[in-house]
Amino acid sequence: MKIAVCIKQVPSTNEVSMDPATNTIIRDSRQSVTNPFDTYALEQAVQLKEKLGGEVVAISMGIPGTERLLRDAESRGADKAVLLTDREFAGADTLATSYTLALGIKQLGDVDLILCGKMAVDGDTAQIGPELAEQLGIPHATDVCEIMEAGPKQILCRKNTDWGTMVLRIQLPALLTVSKDINLPRLPSIPGVLFGLTAPFEIKDAITLEADPGRIGLTGSPTQVVNTYVMQRRSEAQSIEGEPASQADKIKKLIKELL
Amino acid sequence: MSKLKIDPKKCTGCGVCVRSCSFNALQIEDNIAKVNDDCTLCGICTESCPFDAIRIEKESFGGMDISLYSGVWVFAEQHRGEILQVVYELLGKGKELSEKKRCLLTAVLFGEDIKAEIPKLFAYGADRVIYCENPVLRTNLEEDQTRLLEQLIADHKPEIILFGATGFGRSLAPRIAARVGTGLTADCTQLDIDPESGVLLQTRPAFGGNLMATIICPEHRPQMATVRPGVMLAKDPEVPADEADADRKTQEVIALPWIDSASEKQGIEVLQEILSKRTNNIADAEIIVSAGRGIGSQKNMILVKRLAELIGARVGVSRPLVDIGWSEYKNQIGQTGSSVSPKLLITCGISGSVQHLAGIGNAQTIIAINSDPDAAIFSVADYKVVGDCIEILKKLITAFEEEETRVGR
Repeated sequence: MKIAVCIKQVPSTNEVSMDPATNTIIRDSRQSVTNPFDTYALEQAVQLKEKLGGEVVAISMGIPGTERLLRDAESRGADKAVLLTDREFAGADTLATSYTLALGIKQLGDVDLILCGKMAVDGDTAQIGPELAEQLGIPHATDVCEIMEAGPKQILCRKNTDWGTMVLRIQLPALLTVSKDINLPRLPSIPGVLFGLTAPFEIKDAITLEADPGRIGLTGSPTQVVNTYVMQRRSEAQSIEGEPASQADKIKKLIKELL
Repeated sequence: MSKLKIDPKKCTGCGVCVRSCSFNALQIEDNIAKVNDDCTLCGICTESCPFDAIRIEKESFGGMDISLYSGVWVFAEQHRGEILQVVYELLGKGKELSEKKRCLLTAVLFGEDIKAEIPKLFAYGADRVIYCENPVLRTNLEEDQTRLLEQLIADHKPEIILFGATGFGRSLAPRIAARVGTGLTADCTQLDIDPESGVLLQTRPAFGGNLMATIICPEHRPQMATVRPGVMLAKDPEVPADEADADRKTQEVIALPWIDSASEKQGIEVLQEILSKRTNNIADAEIIVSAGRGIGSQKNMILVKRLAELIGARVGVSRPLVDIGWSEYKNQIGQTGSSVSPKLLITCGISGSVQHLAGIGNAQTIIAINSDPDAAIFSVADYKVVGDCIEILKKLITAFEEEETRVGR
């Protein structure tokens, strides 16, 4: 079974603050990390490979520095990695990103299964999975919490719904987005880390992907950000003072008033 | 190709943009900002520049003929024949948008046995209902409903479509957006019409919650957005004035026939659907008592649960408590857990990371208890209680228990 795992680089912190003097945004730029949900997708892919044989390819669209995260994926069991990187990809919204990822995945050849994290913790849109499946013309299921059976032609899995869970039989090729309850991601082993250093790693740009310049990056993105601002804080909180007993009393009164 | 442009006449080399960039894509060379290959055109620097020297130049290949599109649509998601509350909330907002656009508000409903629900859509503001009824549509599946909506979009060309950001809505809407090749903005907290251009202004938390971004989709249609349950307000339902009014409304109902797809093979089959007894989804809870690391020990969870029980609340937790196994994921509040919108939220020992704050922005009243007077949670709280949350919890429980016994007698 050939499995592609989508990896996203996200900032290690989401902290932004305002510089009160200049009224401008200051963002603490620490090192970026792999989107936590994607580590579960990778682990699931590696477990399936260990059971069924085959190959796991980690793929990402991102800046050149994403290589570090893809090599980390290789140290955790991916066999090879592909980085789609080009200045032209910058500013892509979910539609342009899913188009670009679809081109990269098509070039991998016959992929049976694509696994993504259920969402990325920076954008939190959860759109890439379904949009990528649509671009590839294959079925998808979101928020998958258990793979019950996997064969070369189909997968039996359980997904979370707003009402409980659902057991699905999905024909391959297909795309699944996974939740955190699906497994416990492993740590890289020492041989894994050594493998990651020299493992097959490919870089592809817009030309290699034969991308339509009108469908990639900001140019190919229907949506655009027109304004960003820091959320207005509520008015100053009212303080409830005193000893714990009198604080509790006041809170109790307040609860009764509010309910 | 689209580019980040730095105006050398305006740039002073002050370096504010360098600090604002989380991708280390800017540096100052010869007293002027320079952009490197790591730029993702996220736009943060354009906002940060005090001199308005940075802008993004978007190359356009043109979109579609957007003049053909009109009307506001709401996707009326149902479960087992019952329309979800979020649909009425979307109709409330949709009505406002359609009045500004001077166009019709249409609700689109797919399901097995749903005709009886149609009057409710009118009562909550729809001017027109398009529905498709078939046993196949008993369980919501992306493939079926994408096909139906794709057809409807092609036939009727709506300008705006709103979806509830439910589990299914968050899976269906992107599938449709990609099929028709348009933009989609997830989890909007505000929607409005730009008075000048007439485009939909879609505002959502970006970069984790304390920063908001307004997003537009200027050249593609329909403009699509999802909204989390509990974010918008449903208007009060209106009953028809008289029979003539009711009749007039039922005429605005379009039945879409179900046609089995011959070309599209069904890739997904539902073998089993397990409906847990409504676990009282925390997102719908009216009162929540939530706990964070500050409660100190797992045994103190009992106190949190007891207070919740006494005041009829649900228990919520911050992410660290789920990570260390003191509570389950379904109780997690915050960016990677649930967004909540209770009437009252009482937080115990939660310091308030931005990720957590992103999930509680819609709470009506927040009473925050924390030992650190500078905790970030107090910046969003309505009532600030500085103190030992365990001590206060114990006293609160005693106070409510005493009352319960009194009432009991």
